Amino acid sequence: MRLLDISLNNLRRRKGRMLFLSLGIVLGVATVVALISITVAMRADLEDKIDQFGANIVVLPESDELALSYGGVTVASAAVDVKELTMDDAARIRTIPNKANIANVAPKLIGEVDVKGSSAMLVGVDFPSEFFVKKWWKLDGEAPSGPDEIIAGSAVAAALGLRPGSQVVIKGNEFKLAGVLRQTGQQDDNAIFADIGRTQKLLGKPNAVSLIEVSALCRACPIEEITKQLSDIMPGAKISALRFAVKSREETVSQLMSFSIALSIIVVIIGALIVFITMLSSVNERTREIGIFRATGFRKLHVIRVILVEALIVSFGAGVMGWLVGMGGSWLLGPRVANLDVNVEFNPWLTAGAIGLSILIGLASSAYPAMRASKLDPSEALRFI
Amino acid sequence: MGLIELYDISKLYQSDGTEVRALTDVELSIDEGELVAIMGPSGSGKSTLLTILGAMNPPTTGQMLIDDIDVYRLSVEQRADFRHEYLGFVFQQLQLIPYLTAIENVMLPLAISKHSNKEQQLMATAALERVGLGDKMKRLPSQLSGGEQGRVAIARAIVNHPPIILADEPTGSLDTHTGEEVMQIFKDLNEEGLTILIVTHNPENTRYTQRTINIRDGRIVRKGATKCA
Repeated sequence: MRLLDISLNNLRRRKGRMLFLSLGIVLGVATVVALISITVAMRADLEDKIDQFGANIVVLPESDELALSYGGVTVASAAVDVKELTMDDAARIRTIPNKANIANVAPKLIGEVDVKGSSAMLVGVDFPSEFFVKKWWKLDGEAPSGPDEIIAGSAVAAALGLRPGSQVVIKGNEFKLAGVLRQTGQQDDNAIFADIGRTQKLLGKPNAVSLIEVSALCRACPIEEITKQLSDIMPGAKISALRFAVKSREETVSQLMSFSIALSIIVVIIGALIVFITMLSSVNERTREIGIFRATGFRKLHVIRVILVEALIVSFGAGVMGWLVGMGGSWLLGPRVANLDVNVEFNPWLTAGAIGLSILIGLASSAYPAMRASKLDPSEALRFI
Repeated sequence: MGLIELYDISKLYQSDGTEVRALTDVELSIDEGELVAIMGPSGSGKSTLLTILGAMNPPTTGQMLIDDIDVYRLSVEQRADFRHEYLGFVFQQLQLIPYLTAIENVMLPLAISKHSNKEQQLMATAALERVGLGDKMKRLPSQLSGGEQGRVAIARAIVNHPPIILADEPTGSLDTHTGEEVMQIFKDLNEEGLTILIVTHNPENTRYTQRTINIRDGRIVRKGATKCA
């Protein structure tokens, strides 16, 4: 017989209590595992969505004259000599080594046109790409269904008295205003959007592009790497990573993580308290037994070992069970509760961490009860007196 | 000089702010190989005396030597080692661990020894066979009669061959016949050379002992004379 046998036998005898103790740890660990798994998955999902929903890289020609601008590109007449990009540049973006990370490429040609006697900014876009990158666009009316249909920003529509269905003449070409953008609070409110091919013809700039907005999925690679690759294929262009988008994403994710960590700490404390109270009560129940141990020559350390080994066995088992329950919960509930588009993935570090955390909770919470047990006076414990 | 020597042992307790004197100026000498009964009414201090003899309860004053070792000058942990080496206990109400089988209960003192598991098994088996329980080694205490539990408790006390056995009311919860069987085992063990001290309130048990020490109000009133075998 070894001290381990005493611990194992006691665990077998006190199944109910040990089950309750395990339950405390299982719930704690499962909650932490589920929270972390779902948060990590949500982070990945959020990163992808944020990357898809907004451009995080802008490719500009080499000029920074600003008068009337869109996305940093000067469209005032004084800046007509600005060297423009081409549709070929836009196509080449999808050839970089990290092309798999390119979610969307939205080229734009920007010019100044006269509409109803007023100067207005015309932005030629590829509508499918534009709508993909600007999920927040809301239209009164409909999306353009062909190159003869355009949309207008809310401010320019109001200024020119345009409504969905209005006929708009630009440089002698008649267009139907399919829809009016609801206020975005951005420069889009001041622009008229037309098919990029038609815009190139209208402005007399075939194949020309003023800027290209790129949505890169930066979860798997740093945005700087993609920026560098774009610079390599377009040495004459100015490639700018929109740091604010990245910062905003980092902040959102960071808040999510903070929330998970705070909740996890609370759950871990509750789990630790359950273990502490259960072990303390177990020690109180075993006073006589510990008295026998001490009377027959067990040193304090022997008693501590018996109790801590019990805690170790229970917390290891509960840690494994807690991880299984937590991961199971994440797999089953994560996609439904958190609307995740990505799967909760197996993470060996999380597995090791969950079991490690469980053991830590078990041992730390049992340390005081074990010390208390070891200090029991054997003669008092056996109630000789 | 006896195997156990008590010099001027007194024990005071604080109880609800008042001082209770459990033992007063106890002088005692017990020779190696003696079988001694300690008798006295409830509250006389006999169990306190046994815990002091058991190296578990430091006296307020006085000195106790066992095998020339000044026991209460040892540290708490050294006293634990001392108990393991010198003393075997048969506790009041036997105090078997309910979730351990008979043989596991007997092996308990060996759990902290350097003996291999196989050696422990052999020692525990020998101890159980010695008390006539070789056929019930795998039973839990709840599956044994009172007398059998008493025998398991004795086997646990002798398993690592201590020179001294201390027993506190070992027959207290047993019927007369079973109590006599247990006392006979003590007598047999004593004849094999063990020094045995038994706290009892049953005068019948003194038939098996060589000497009876009477204790009353914390004082030894009669040390008794060693009977001839």
